Amino acid sequence: MWAFDDGTGPSFPGPTYVSRYGEANLVRNINQLPANNGGFGLNSVSTHLHNGHTPSESDGFPCDFFEKGHFYDQHYPNVLAGILSTHPGTGDINESLGFLFYHDHRLDHTAQNSYKGLVGSYLLFNHLDTGDETTGFRLPSFPEFDVPMMFADKLFDPESSPAGLLAFDLFSLDGVLGDKFLVNGKIQPFFKVKPRRYRFRWVNTGPSRFYEFFLTDPKNLSARNPFFVIANDGNLLPKPVQVESMRIGVAERTEVIIDFSKFAGKSIILENRLNQLNGQGPIVGAECNVPEILPAGQGNQLLRFDVDSHPVKDESALPQNQSFYQLPEIVEPRVTRTLRFDRLNGQWSINGQFIDCDTIRFAVEQNSAENWILQNVSGDWTHPIHIHFEEHQIISRNFASPTLKVEHSRKDVTRLQPAERVQLFFRFRDFHGRYPLHCHNMVHEDHAMMGRWEIEPTGDNKVLP
Amino acid sequence: MKTVTRRNLLGLLSLAPAAPLAGHLLAAPALAADSGNSARALLQRRNFPNLKLQDQDSREVHFYDDLIKDKIVTINFFYAKCEGICPTVTANLAKAQKILGDRVGREIFMVSISLKPENDTPAVLKEYADMFKARPGWSFLTGKPDDVEHLRRSLGFTNLDPRLDQDTSQHIGNVRMGNEPLMLWAACPGMARPEFIAKSILWMIRKG
Repeated sequence: MWAFDDGTGPSFPGPTYVSRYGEANLVRNINQLPANNGGFGLNSVSTHLHNGHTPSESDGFPCDFFEKGHFYDQHYPNVLAGILSTHPGTGDINESLGFLFYHDHRLDHTAQNSYKGLVGSYLLFNHLDTGDETTGFRLPSFPEFDVPMMFADKLFDPESSPAGLLAFDLFSLDGVLGDKFLVNGKIQPFFKVKPRRYRFRWVNTGPSRFYEFFLTDPKNLSARNPFFVIANDGNLLPKPVQVESMRIGVAERTEVIIDFSKFAGKSIILENRLNQLNGQGPIVGAECNVPEILPAGQGNQLLRFDVDSHPVKDESALPQNQSFYQLPEIVEPRVTRTLRFDRLNGQWSINGQFIDCDTIRFAVEQNSAENWILQNVSGDWTHPIHIHFEEHQIISRNFASPTLKVEHSRKDVTRLQPAERVQLFFRFRDFHGRYPLHCHNMVHEDHAMMGRWEIEPTGDNKVLP
Repeated sequence: MKTVTRRNLLGLLSLAPAAPLAGHLLAAPALAADSGNSARALLQRRNFPNLKLQDQDSREVHFYDDLIKDKIVTINFFYAKCEGICPTVTANLAKAQKILGDRVGREIFMVSISLKPENDTPAVLKEYADMFKARPGWSFLTGKPDDVEHLRRSLGFTNLDPRLDQDTSQHIGNVRMGNEPLMLWAACPGMARPEFIAKSILWMIRKG
């Protein structure tokens, strides 16, 4: 494995950044990765902070990689979108993003290098989301009751020497799935929790799997165990939404409040019941008599919560009574662009073209609003589409307002399902520079399903860039 | 959980091999020819079958020993009478070869394998190579149909959908590139710009 080391020793996942809006971080990334990769991985890296409102040179653009023996300084300003435009000096509070993550984004090698361990969490607090359950939004206190969890599925090679080394299929063009499920670097761990509310920040670090999280009581498989979703892709929702399950693709994040007081003295399983057989994505509907959602207890057991029986103090707010940020206003777009995600003879493309570091596909005008229409013309594939730098809102899925309440939110990864057309609203503010848009099935992005676009003082009007 | 706060942020974050696997990796001799179950040997066994093939000059070659081992290579599949993407891909590779200059044949080798080996005899391949002005260092290969199929599968040039997989006109148009001793492998679309294909090949040459 490869890892980030903050000077206290390498760790997987990498160290969790605990940051506050208005306080910048300056990070020196020093590449000391070995020449001998042990089987896969390229010792050339670009660390992307997903999805900071970060100037281009510090974003971790896939073509801004640096080699072994070199370093790269990244400045994370931790500012709200709008700070140099619509909301001078402060930024728009409704653009607050609380849960980000960082990972290697080296062009063509993101899957290998991230899978090999180059990932970590990044938290951003402010005066409302304080990390203290007695102030602001009164969300469960960090770090004891507010816990980031990075999910990853991996393969271990029984034939390697020594047996059980991390394995990666270098020759897949579709996507790679693992059969061992890791949470924060541990396979199927258990977690002792107190019978009270917790905030969990779940991120799917890929490379290619989709999850649908359920809470399963192994002694009562028919019980429904709802929980509250409070944030989508790190963006607190207008109001918490009660659900029985939550689906995320690679790089999507969901934050939830689970109240364990009703499970005092029990063990509860966090289970992925989404059925996925290959890189194509989750089974859609029921295919070949195989269900899309597996029965309770027959999915992937990700983590076991062992709930203590002694009541404890809980000063966090009841989710049903809470409200957070408002969705930023949707305004008339300056231009509407269409991006078609396709597959031609196994070659992943966007509007028939492939990533090329030197080709700028289109220029967005600084401080303007746009609509982007994502069309899936690749057949039975699901693509989690990620656009760097700005959060978006989903205006429609196949011309209808999203049916899932949790999608009435700000996002930075949107799942583009088979035969789907998704319309997104963006504002591009404050900074100039180059950014990518890409499929976040990391195997697809490594095989060119990516495009470079720019924010410039004057934008273009390419509608099919 | 390890945390970095602004207060204790060292301004330093280095990328390093992690324990406990690192010990093993670092202890392994860097570029020695491997045997047994080393990562390199496993890759060879699983992905690079040492099958007998014939090139455009009717020379008999072994896929792993003669074309892959200790080399920086590109690999793609095509067939001579292809009316789909092959002419574009082969032309792009020819341009990439030109960009790379005399490094091809010395440092970098190119391998194109026919998906219709029964039609693509060495003479046909020779004519095809000449048509695209292929220079030395680029092998066009044919072999027994079963062997070619085995190679295609071992190298991941497959479609998930069995119907598409059997349709040769839908064959995978990507170009693989790799550095065999360093176990670096990537692929890019054969229809990408030749300059980008050439650049992707050069990324396989490591300096550090």
